[in-house]
Amino acid sequence: MTRQAAGMSAQIRWLILAIIAVLALGSVTVYAVQAFGRYQARTTGASAAQVTDKLVDGNRIVFRNTAMGQGYGQIASVAIADPAGPRELFQTVCDRVDATAQYISCMRTQRGIPTTFETRILDAQANSIDEWPLSGVPSRTRISEAGLVATTAFVTGHSYATDSFSTETVIRSVQGQDFGNLENYSIFIDGQELTAIDRNVWGVTFATENKFYATVASAGKTWMVEGNLEERRMNSIIENAECPSVAPDQSKVAYKKRRAQGGLAHWDIAVLDLKTQKETLLPLEQGFDDQLEWLDSQTLLFGMPRTDSVGDSDVYSIKATTNAQPQLFIKDAWSPSVVRIVK
Amino acid sequence: MYLSLSDWTSRKASGADRAKTVAFIASPTVIALGIVSMLTDISSESVAAVLPLYITGALGLSMVAYGFFEGMNQSISSLVRIGAGYAADRSNKPKPIAVAGYGLSMAARIGLLFATGFGGILAVIGLDRIGKGIRTAPRDAMIHQASQPEHLARSFGVHRLLDTVGATIGPLLAFAVLMLVPGDYRMVFVVSLAAAVSGVAVLALLVPNRKLIQQEDAEENSEEKTSGVPRPKFRELVRGPLGKLLLVAGFLGLLTIGDGFVYLALMEHGQLEASWFPLLFVGANLFFLSFAVPLGRIADKTSRAGVFILGHLALALAYICAGAGDSLPFHICALALLGTFYAATDGVLAALAGQLAPHGTTSTAIGAAQTVVAVARLFASTGFGVLWIFLGSTTAMLIVAALLVLLVPVAWRLLLSKDKAPESALTS
Repeated sequence: MTRQAAGMSAQIRWLILAIIAVLALGSVTVYAVQAFGRYQARTTGASAAQVTDKLVDGNRIVFRNTAMGQGYGQIASVAIADPAGPRELFQTVCDRVDATAQYISCMRTQRGIPTTFETRILDAQANSIDEWPLSGVPSRTRISEAGLVATTAFVTGHSYATDSFSTETVIRSVQGQDFGNLENYSIFIDGQELTAIDRNVWGVTFATENKFYATVASAGKTWMVEGNLEERRMNSIIENAECPSVAPDQSKVAYKKRRAQGGLAHWDIAVLDLKTQKETLLPLEQGFDDQLEWLDSQTLLFGMPRTDSVGDSDVYSIKATTNAQPQLFIKDAWSPSVVRIVK
Repeated sequence: MYLSLSDWTSRKASGADRAKTVAFIASPTVIALGIVSMLTDISSESVAAVLPLYITGALGLSMVAYGFFEGMNQSISSLVRIGAGYAADRSNKPKPIAVAGYGLSMAARIGLLFATGFGGILAVIGLDRIGKGIRTAPRDAMIHQASQPEHLARSFGVHRLLDTVGATIGPLLAFAVLMLVPGDYRMVFVVSLAAAVSGVAVLALLVPNRKLIQQEDAEENSEEKTSGVPRPKFRELVRGPLGKLLLVAGFLGLLTIGDGFVYLALMEHGQLEASWFPLLFVGANLFFLSFAVPLGRIADKTSRAGVFILGHLALALAYICAGAGDSLPFHICALALLGTFYAATDGVLAALAGQLAPHGTTSTAIGAAQTVVAVARLFASTGFGVLWIFLGSTTAMLIVAALLVLLVPVAWRLLLSKDKAPESALTS
């Protein structure tokens, strides 16, 4: 210890350390108080969006409200005819939502040690009907007209210890029937059965109450597959297509297509005509990462996180034609879902 | 007190006996470095625990690209490690290099407060990993230098104990913060930064900036005229007992698959609720920190190489428990054995490498041993991924366990056979 005496004495070193420790702890405390205040403001202050008590019944868009203030993170809905207009808020907070005229599927994060996740099913008035645990971070959900619920969660362990991720996609019905984990279905890629254990399935979209589309990944490749619930079987349709979304008339499927380039992942939108097998590519300069939703037979919706404000995002619309450009559709919104009231 | 090759050879026969007679005194430097690692692990593990939530929840991105990035990161970290070890030996002062490594990780925490896009996040994590690569070998060389040679493995055990306490507290702290202020990931990053700053402060202020080789000793070595500091030559490193250690550690590393696979295998058997997943890591850590000091002590009193090799037997048993058993006792057994494996190998390998390093190459030798192990494990994880794909988790796990059981006696013979002179020295 004598050699270090050339610099400072031991007492001075301890004093400086104590000052740094106090400053560090103090900063954390000050920040924590502010953060708690911001949290209060975010959840109790007036919403940054225009809110209404009751929407007129009719076709609407159900989404996650990301406007700062009261109702942050809660399920919200706007009229399709007036997407920029006032939104009705529901009490339940969700990370991802999908809705039909009858039900809402809501993937939620439950804070705690450790943090856990669940799927909650609500009726049209947003009363909770059922809930079951999710195995990881909420990623995608879709619900069919009759009440089939598909959820995809990212199962991550301790990220410094695991060198990969895996997804878990399960289908259950609101009535309580369990269709299991899609990884355990028979998967056929170009007619060959896929037996690889590293297979991942995500991003389900329901065409009928038995037919669905989803993404299958294995060994770094992805495929869009067409699935059959009854037969517990999936067949590949095309390669490099993720998070499919089937059009209301079921003639087309829109999905994420990964751009071939080194470095960071970049996805463009693509639409496949199921009859002609013709693929239309919609290149996006900014890229995107969401499961698309059909607003009508020509228009797609998707969420984009804001780069300037963490936790906020907007929903954009884009015509399903080459060279179409996205337009801002709903501000401060995420996970859009179009609800059509069938007469 | 440093340990030159001549000192080491002269006392080799009695080394293990001396561990029984010389009283163990925990060095203040080792404890200070342990606290530095504890604070740094609180910092990095708290972020790691919430990163998937932050990327998907707050940033609205998917985890797909993150998985690809991880492998690349680990390769960079491994290569930087050996370079930093070499630099510490060359400059003869490991502390400034360790400070640079810890400082870089601290800077990454500041970056995290401002990074919003996915690219930004990846850059920040990359920076953190490079910092981790830089700091490890010089820090272990400092532990080596500050420890009593008779109690080297136990000293490393003390350090790994504190280090693992930090790794266990980190995720729990992060979840507690998110309970207090839901959705405020930046609050976690601020806590993480405060822990990182405190860690660097303890290192800078409390750990003496000692030379690895003291001046008067260096002058005695006539061949080191130019700078008074020997220049570590890789050729010298791979010859002799250290070379054998690198070889054995490398081969054993090739059969050490990522912990993630063990956890996934446990989950795959379906007996555990999904919410238990993050706690598996905590469970394994609790065993690691409980056994780190006792196993280091046993290694000093019996044989460091022996404990290091037998630790891999615990790993093989952990794979068998994880691969074959599907009830709670098997789960606990897998976690306990995994923790035992780390307690028997992590600090002990650094102690062994430091002990066997030729004069003036401590830091390079420790860095080399850790790089060899890290790179071998990277190959193991990739290869095992393929095995897992084709054979399923149970068969793949049992195959790796069987190979380990077969390799352990070979490793034992290579490092510990008494009839050859250099190997017997290893038992000291």
